[in-house]
Amino acid sequence: MSTAIEIPYNSTERPDTGLYNAKLGVWLFLASEVMLFGALFSTYVLLRTGADTWENGAQIGLSIPLATINTLVLIISSVTMVMSWASLKMKSLGRYKFYMGLTILCGVVFLIIKGFEYAHKFENGIWPSTSTFMAIYFTMTGLHGLHVIGGLLVNSYLWGPGSKMWQTDPERFTNRIEVAGLYWHFVDLVWIFLFPTLYLLPGK
Amino acid sequence: MTDAHHHDEHHDELPFWRHYIFSTDHKIIGIQYGLTALVFLFFGFCLMMLMRWQLAYPGKPLPIGFLVKWLGDSRMPGGIMAPEFYNQLGAMHGTVMVFLGVVPLAVGAFGNYIVPLQVGAQDMAFPKLNMSSYWVYFIGGVVMLCSFFVPGGSAQSGWTSYAPLSVITPQSHSLFTGQSMWLTGMVFLITSSLLGSVNTITTIIQLRAKGLTWMRLPFFVWAQLVTGFLLLLAFPPLEAAGVMQLMDRMAGTSFFLPSGLVVGGKALYVSGGGSALLWQHLFWFLAHPEVYVLILPAMGIVGEVIANNTRKPLWGYKSLVYSVIFLGFMSFIVWAHHMFLTGMGTAVNAFFQTTTMIISIPSIIILTALILSLWGGSIRFTVPMLFALAFLPMFGIGGLTGLPLGLASADIHLHDTYYVIGHFHYVVAPGTLFALFAGIYYWFPKASGKQMNETLGKWHFWGSLIFMNGIFLPMLIQGLAGVSRRLYDGGASYLHAEHVLYLNKVMSHSAWSLAVVQLIFIVNFFWSLFGGRKVTSDNPWEATTLEWDTPTPPPHGNFLKIPEVYCGPYEYSVPGEERDFHPQWEPYKKPGDQNNQEKK
Amino acid sequence: MSDIHHEDVHSHVKTYIKVFVALAVGTLITVLASNFHLGIVVGIIVALIIATVKGSLVAAFFMHLSAERKPIYWVLILTATFVVVMVGLIMFARQDQQGSQQGIFAVPQGHVPAHHAETPEEAHKE
Repeated sequence: MSTAIEIPYNSTERPDTGLYNAKLGVWLFLASEVMLFGALFSTYVLLRTGADTWENGAQIGLSIPLATINTLVLIISSVTMVMSWASLKMKSLGRYKFYMGLTILCGVVFLIIKGFEYAHKFENGIWPSTSTFMAIYFTMTGLHGLHVIGGLLVNSYLWGPGSKMWQTDPERFTNRIEVAGLYWHFVDLVWIFLFPTLYLLPGK
Repeated sequence: MTDAHHHDEHHDELPFWRHYIFSTDHKIIGIQYGLTALVFLFFGFCLMMLMRWQLAYPGKPLPIGFLVKWLGDSRMPGGIMAPEFYNQLGAMHGTVMVFLGVVPLAVGAFGNYIVPLQVGAQDMAFPKLNMSSYWVYFIGGVVMLCSFFVPGGSAQSGWTSYAPLSVITPQSHSLFTGQSMWLTGMVFLITSSLLGSVNTITTIIQLRAKGLTWMRLPFFVWAQLVTGFLLLLAFPPLEAAGVMQLMDRMAGTSFFLPSGLVVGGKALYVSGGGSALLWQHLFWFLAHPEVYVLILPAMGIVGEVIANNTRKPLWGYKSLVYSVIFLGFMSFIVWAHHMFLTGMGTAVNAFFQTTTMIISIPSIIILTALILSLWGGSIRFTVPMLFALAFLPMFGIGGLTGLPLGLASADIHLHDTYYVIGHFHYVVAPGTLFALFAGIYYWFPKASGKQMNETLGKWHFWGSLIFMNGIFLPMLIQGLAGVSRRLYDGGASYLHAEHVLYLNKVMSHSAWSLAVVQLIFIVNFFWSLFGGRKVTSDNPWEATTLEWDTPTPPPHGNFLKIPEVYCGPYEYSVPGEERDFHPQWEPYKKPGDQNNQEKK
Repeated sequence: MSDIHHEDVHSHVKTYIKVFVALAVGTLITVLASNFHLGIVVGIIVALIIATVKGSLVAAFFMHLSAERKPIYWVLILTATFVVVMVGLIMFARQDQQGSQQGIFAVPQGHVPAHHAETPEEAHKE
């Protein structure tokens, strides 16, 4: 009696909403992520405005050159990510793998630089407990870093074993890359706001 | 992130552990959520029964030998409850009931099981994600349970975990302390909720059957849609706050610790500069919408049961829909009515007081619409209907007692008293829980193919109604007398509580009696499941919504043929029709009979 | 989006490159701007404006938000509203404190010295 079930609108769009399921799903998820990072930004605002003094990023030992490089690395990775999706739209698995590989590489570079930054701070006795500025710095960049790791895991799966779906259901696979891309761009977007907030804003 | 059973093996041929344990079928997952949640509800109930011993007989040894022995000397020295253990029971009773019991039952169980059926879908939009949501919830629950067994015991700073107490209790960087495990458990539970809400919202928007326009949706589905948005957008700030509190506990940060804090005579060696109120804001930003998460699915269930058992359409369907949407939106801007006494200024207090008064309006509209739906109805006093009917005045009391709490000046006297506890328990216990019972009795025949025993059901109902009021009405009285909450001795050391102290015994005995009555339900549930009478029809209640258009119980894929919807969800007693109901999935025979035009 | 043609994708690619250049330039401008001592208020405004422009470019072009559908827009508008509500009302509550001018938040920022001699916290080593 039981049959294989087929969930509609996985590959094609539902006419009245114009969306396929995963696109709506990922945007809903990103909405919740906006609330998550929004809460952290509001913590930053609250703690900062309530403080007598507040460090400037560079004063406390944050490296602006390294963070600038990291910002550019993430922006590049966003470009390569959207290029990997475009490659699939142009029916080229090879080019998709090339661009997705670059995206993953950029993500790894970002994490390496971040790791180097963290290690440098710990070596100099600067920990989250040192001040509320460092507390919010480590928490925000740490949570962001965890999101980068998550994205790398998903992207690596889609680059590797997940890419088999291209043979059986290319449309659905392309949609998966679009959805993974939306997540990845969001991670980039968060950093675009994190970078000036933590590294560049003047102190008081 | 996308998933579907594209190239499915036949579902019948799946091994046991994939068919029942790691199933992606929304009905199995719904039942998993339901059974797990019911176990947690029972556990939370037991925690409360222990507390009620201490409240009725403060300082007296518990006369249950084996239990005292099992709990041990650190918790019950000489059989008498230690104050720290009382606080643990209090904090975990709230946590378990809200996050492990009611929400998983209302949203995880009923939402998962019923929503795809009522929208005419074969499953949720993301079945594998659905399965993950359940197991993440399960892990969160296990972490919470384990927290009782670590040194120092479980979390004990209230379900609200206010800083700085929650940060310094105990002072330890270890993850394996009760409070840190509470925070970890919350991260799992929040993640589970988020993934679940993405699924629910996408399912309702994308998988509605042909002809099922927005204004033809059952009210239950609307309630679950709004609930999904509440969970999606309100939980993340608490997740952020939970991470920050974990950092405060384990990494020595001071997100929530003000400068100059002295604990046990010693200054804390932290940077300071944090804000205890920040925790409250972020916590209540979630926890207020959370209470609407508790009530909305319940209102949805009551709507379904009332329409079915009055043989009339719900009164004011449009008002119900617009009210529930407005309620959801407003719930995000009332949270600081939980913080009236924190020293906020009069302008802020006035703002939140105003929004809180405004939010009572949609609640009243919904309740009124449900009550008016009874007028002129042909009422069948089935067991689900009894619970649904009782919901109305009980939720009414709960809602009305909320009004003085929402007024800042009255709240000065009532904040942190038993009045608050009475208020919210009225809404959740004879409110939401009654609605959930109604849902269980209503949908049990569809999910199992068996009927529950009507007589046992009526005993369960009347006993629960009487004893719930026996527990919670005295709380309102004690609160008005000024008895504070979270007191280890139930107010015995306060002169102003003296004349209402006897009520502690009334409440405790009602609580224990309520437990005995629930045994009737448990017996009925399992007896009927295995040995009950089989239902003779796929639609034994003669209902109109799509879940009744399936075989009983519904197979994998739900419908024998993809349903199409021709009319609204509550076409009961349509003039000129032979039967007193017209299901949504049946077209009207004569063109003039009903407006079949696609709305919207 | 599933019926995009070869040529369309090519023009999309040109757009991506242009956006990338804009983002890179925006990044450099932000860093350069921080070198001028603009004062805190101007500094925040400048940083926010540049970040918002960059973010909008990412959202509009990389995330295709400029061509997206109504349900997505509504979800994002709802979310943005609640973020503003959350930050705004928390700040409002802080501003409207009873008692002292600055309220209970403005206490001296503590500062734990960089090198711990003997501390109760060995957590850092964990």
